[in-house]
Amino acid sequence: MAADTEVTTGVDDTGHTAIGADGAAPPGDTAVTADGEVTGTTSGAAVTGGADRAPADAHARQLAGLDALELGGESSGGPAARVWGRLWPMALAVAIVLAVWQCVVWAGFWPEYVFAGPADVAPVLLDRLTTGEYWEAIGVTMRRAVTGFAVSVVAGLVVGALVSRVRVLRAAFGSLITGLQTMPSIAWFPLAILLFGLTESAITFVVILGAAPSIANGLITGVDYTPPILLRAGHVLGFRRLQLYRHVILPASLPSFLAGLKQGWAFAWRSLMAGELVVIIAHQSSLGERLFFDRELADSAGLLSTMIVILVIGIAVDLLFEAADTSLRRRWGLARTSA
Amino acid sequence: MRTPLRERARNSRHGQGTEGAPGASAPGTARPGDAEGTGAVGDAGPAVRLDGVSKVYGQGRKGLHALDDVTLSVAPGEFVCLLGASGCGKSTLLSLVAGLDTPTAGRIGTGGRKIAMMFQEPALFPWLTVSANVEMALRVQGVASRERRERAAALLETVHLGGFGGKRPHELSGGMRQRVSLARALAQDADVLLMDEPFGALDAMTRDLLHDELERIWRERRLSVLFVTHNVREAVRLGDRVVLLSSRPGRVVEDFPITLERPRRTDSAEVAEIAGAVTGRLREEVMRHGR
Repeated sequence: MAADTEVTTGVDDTGHTAIGADGAAPPGDTAVTADGEVTGTTSGAAVTGGADRAPADAHARQLAGLDALELGGESSGGPAARVWGRLWPMALAVAIVLAVWQCVVWAGFWPEYVFAGPADVAPVLLDRLTTGEYWEAIGVTMRRAVTGFAVSVVAGLVVGALVSRVRVLRAAFGSLITGLQTMPSIAWFPLAILLFGLTESAITFVVILGAAPSIANGLITGVDYTPPILLRAGHVLGFRRLQLYRHVILPASLPSFLAGLKQGWAFAWRSLMAGELVVIIAHQSSLGERLFFDRELADSAGLLSTMIVILVIGIAVDLLFEAADTSLRRRWGLARTSA
Repeated sequence: MRTPLRERARNSRHGQGTEGAPGASAPGTARPGDAEGTGAVGDAGPAVRLDGVSKVYGQGRKGLHALDDVTLSVAPGEFVCLLGASGCGKSTLLSLVAGLDTPTAGRIGTGGRKIAMMFQEPALFPWLTVSANVEMALRVQGVASRERRERAAALLETVHLGGFGGKRPHELSGGMRQRVSLARALAQDADVLLMDEPFGALDAMTRDLLHDELERIWRERRLSVLFVTHNVREAVRLGDRVVLLSSRPGRVVEDFPITLERPRRTDSAEVAEIAGAVTGRLREEVMRHGR
């Protein structure tokens, strides 16, 4: 407020200096390098010409002061502390689950050869994880999961982009996609087996049908929830139609798309396990197939150890998605992680 | 009262063609000239001209008359403040000029000038850095990436945010974001700057500083500014003219030329005196709706 006279003279002053500063900016096209140089000289002038430019400086300093005041300092613990902060609750959860499991076994509802305890499962799990054969089974399952999911992402993107863009398609297929999402994937298998026989294609087919609708829906929701103000800003900047879609709408729908991917993965993983239990392919061991034969052989410890592997893989992939989501939220300023 | 309006709408649809719609036409493409042939870019004629512009949302009796027969012009290099209570269609008017919406009747001409717009919110893209946000305006124009970066840096320097190009919008304060938004608008290299209560959400001190900034930039770049506000002092502080709009429907009530010497201060006695007179007139308008 006390800067009354300062600012008054400051405008005249800046009027001269700054015309020099960015009078070069508007011509644009031709002034490529000139622009860069001008920026250089501007800052140079601001430093050297301090004596005459005091009022303009005061103005800039006031702004800088306000800026500095409004930007809070950021504090965050070290990486080790953060990892520990994430790890110990997980460890606690695992301990509780193990304890409950052991208690149920001790309660003796089932004989131990039907429902094995952690103490029996642990050595079996360790044994299996040290054989190459078991890792081959995991490899087959993961390969199916990754290919199925990758195709789902492409299909979901294409369908989602079309349906969110084209009004007629939206009216026609919008609710169908949601309907497909709620359809239990196991219900597809009879048809899949009829179409493809007991082959990997049948499994992949169902995995895609399970995952793609979620991914498409994630994109559609993201497009629908693009903040109108960003659309207006994009429009005013001169983006139209496809350009607007590419530079504004698609990036704006990224968080929702990511949520769709995460859900799509969950559906893909479930469909895959169902598929591997139903479609047993000879000479191709997989996690689902191991589960099937463990039950056939009444190998409770083996069955539970495979279940643990399936669960752990599911959680691990989910953590990847969560990490992506967290980093996106941090960049967008949606999450103030203060742990 | 409604019939003539609808008639005018029909007329305008015939006579006007696509003219009313693309206020902010894609850069590079010249706007289609209107009937009088003011399509060419040039200093001749007003920078923005509204001729009997009406806007009705909805239809029939339930239709909301946001604007009714607004005639207004902004001369090249002129700073015009649009003032009115809420519901006077100020923002609607800007949307129409920016081509975000089409008028129900009347015509809007900008003589082929490029138009930039600032909103009350900074409307920055959260997935981009500050610099990339400014560059978005240049990206549309097909400017090469290196030049984009340099020009964005120069523009950020203009709004005193030189060192902040690599930050994300959410890391800045409200006033800083609004300055980034201003830099982005300037990057469009437009002749006309539309501002929709751009400083409404800022604290008084930041607002004062941004008034000075805006005034400086307006002078340097010889912009034509149409500035919407509900703050009377802000309007008197900034405008060459203050145009008072009535509410529901929005009509031009009075046009106050402000001849005070620049630079002005929001807290000066002269500004306060004129603001008082304008406020009095605004009160009358608002009271008409009391009953």
